[in-house]
Amino acid sequence: AGGGAYWVDSQQKRYVPVKGDHVIGIVTAKAGDVFRLDVGGSEPASLSYLAFEGATKRNRPNVQVGDLIYGQFVVANKDMEPEMVCIDSSGKSSGMGIIGQDGFLFKVSLGLIRKLLAPKCEIIQELSQLYPFELVLGMNGRIWVKAKTVQQTLIIVNILEACEYMTAEQRKQALAKLSGN
Amino acid sequence: MKATPLSNCERRFLLRAVQEKKRLDGRQCYDYRNIRVSFGADRGCCIVDLGRTRVLAQVSCELVPPKPSRPTEGVLFFNLELSPMAAPGLEPGRQSELLVSLNRLLERCLRDSKCIDTESLCVVAGEKVWQIRLDMHLLNHDGNITDAASIAGIVALCHFRRPDVSVQGEEVTVYTPEERDPVPLSIHHMPICVSFAFFHQGTYLLVDPTEREERVMDGLLVIAMNKHHEICTIQSSGVVMLLQDQILRCSKIAAVKVAEITELIQKALENDQKARKEGGKFGFAESIPNQRITAFKMESAAVDTNDVEEQAGEIIAKADPPSEVIANPVLHTPGTAQIGEGIESSWGDLEESEKEEAAEEEGESEAAAFECEKVETEDTSTVRKTKSDEPIVLSDSEEEEVVILEPQELPRKTRTQTSSKQENPSKKAFNKRRRKKRTSR
Repeated sequence: AGGGAYWVDSQQKRYVPVKGDHVIGIVTAKAGDVFRLDVGGSEPASLSYLAFEGATKRNRPNVQVGDLIYGQFVVANKDMEPEMVCIDSSGKSSGMGIIGQDGFLFKVSLGLIRKLLAPKCEIIQELSQLYPFELVLGMNGRIWVKAKTVQQTLIIVNILEACEYMTAEQRKQALAKLSGN
Repeated sequence: MKATPLSNCERRFLLRAVQEKKRLDGRQCYDYRNIRVSFGADRGCCIVDLGRTRVLAQVSCELVPPKPSRPTEGVLFFNLELSPMAAPGLEPGRQSELLVSLNRLLERCLRDSKCIDTESLCVVAGEKVWQIRLDMHLLNHDGNITDAASIAGIVALCHFRRPDVSVQGEEVTVYTPEERDPVPLSIHHMPICVSFAFFHQGTYLLVDPTEREERVMDGLLVIAMNKHHEICTIQSSGVVMLLQDQILRCSKIAAVKVAEITELIQKALENDQKARKEGGKFGFAESIPNQRITAFKMESAAVDTNDVEEQAGEIIAKADPPSEVIANPVLHTPGTAQIGEGIESSWGDLEESEKEEAAEEEGESEAAAFECEKVETEDTSTVRKTKSDEPIVLSDSEEEEVVILEPQELPRKTRTQTSSKQENPSKKAFNKRRRKKRTSR
């Protein structure tokens, strides 16, 4: 019995904010009680300083201009400026918040992000066999990676960027060459 | 539209990578990106790709009256345009500082170097001269617009053919391409700009910076040179103070790069010339066959992976061994449990079993294993040899009632029931710990 709802997969690089999406934003300004974040959409998103776990009026989060924030949209439609928060409905951060100082941020297409976020993604599993690393995937096409050395981080960045264009076979070959190296 | 801001972690990472002489795309510090030159069907039209930076250049000519101050010279006009097509941060207005500085630099490079013979552009002195107009458009901005534009400009000028002209007295006849073959411009030499980006107050230097690298650089040095090692233009911008030997070193690097690029340009011009002469296909449609919108293609980047595994191995070897974490309490008897490590008991031989339960450190546990096994197994003999920091081994003369706990073997039934219960969980935990330590080596 069909539900009547279809998911149409598409390939694009330009992100349009959608409610509930988890994205990586770059802080561009602090305006009073609110941070302005660039999320890659047509407008900057706003993030209240109280929308962090454990934040109160006295206890403000330590956010500087240029920091990276992982949060989700609570308001995102074409009529209003998008709004983000870093806590979920029960008040816990559940992985959201300010992303650490090291590591590297880069951009890929939205289709690749969806592929990487699928459960049991082969690419992530194969990469984790190489070196340990931390990875944050934003639905707006931004990926943050941190590995032990600059060299390892660069390798992971290059592999993820190339995954757009490589078939599974080519990727396995490239990873085999790296791990055998 | 505003450009995407540069986050702090990207800036920090790029500066750290420059310190370690690593670039994002795997190039060396003095390497250029791949340069591709493709020609259009029209004469004087070309597209130059420097990595992902792309510039389109078009040369056109027109007969105009000359400048009053120079009646026997032709007129040159250069123009570079930036549009939002190239990058979201570029506005179509004229006031942009970047645009003005790029245009100025390119003019100095091409006009002041006198690479084009303007006297040969004169048709009738004081009345008619050729005006050569070079228009350049930036199609994609991935850093180093200067170099790409200078290459595109000089290639287009070399590729261009102007109509042939003959003067008979007062009559000037301009021949169409069908009547007489168009004539190339008279070009003395090919000046090419080479850009050097400086980081960390001039300590580190990168040739051909990408857009990300340009955002974090301290200063930029542009040297325009031709293959005869003549410097046509040199310009330094930014907040970096350069030393004399740095500039000399850069000019030597520029000489090498310009020689390579000039060779590449000559070859591209020759190939196009050959294709046109032999009646083969030429033009953009032929030279850019793979760039259909549905084609998935990316140039392979050579990332240096040589010593990554050794580095990782070094890091692991130098790191401290992970401390053992006991998740479960060890239940000796109902009502008695043990969590964590205890110090070695200083009681006598009677407390051997407690000692082995209490021993958490590898050395201690191995020694205890050795101690409580009367019968020698292969394990303990190797253990004895490898462990150099074993605690003092008590005498191994044991009384008969004491049970020997062999690893992997069930306890003998010489003990009473309660104490065997005592031994089992401890032995299992102990064996588990021993096994864990074995595999962690």
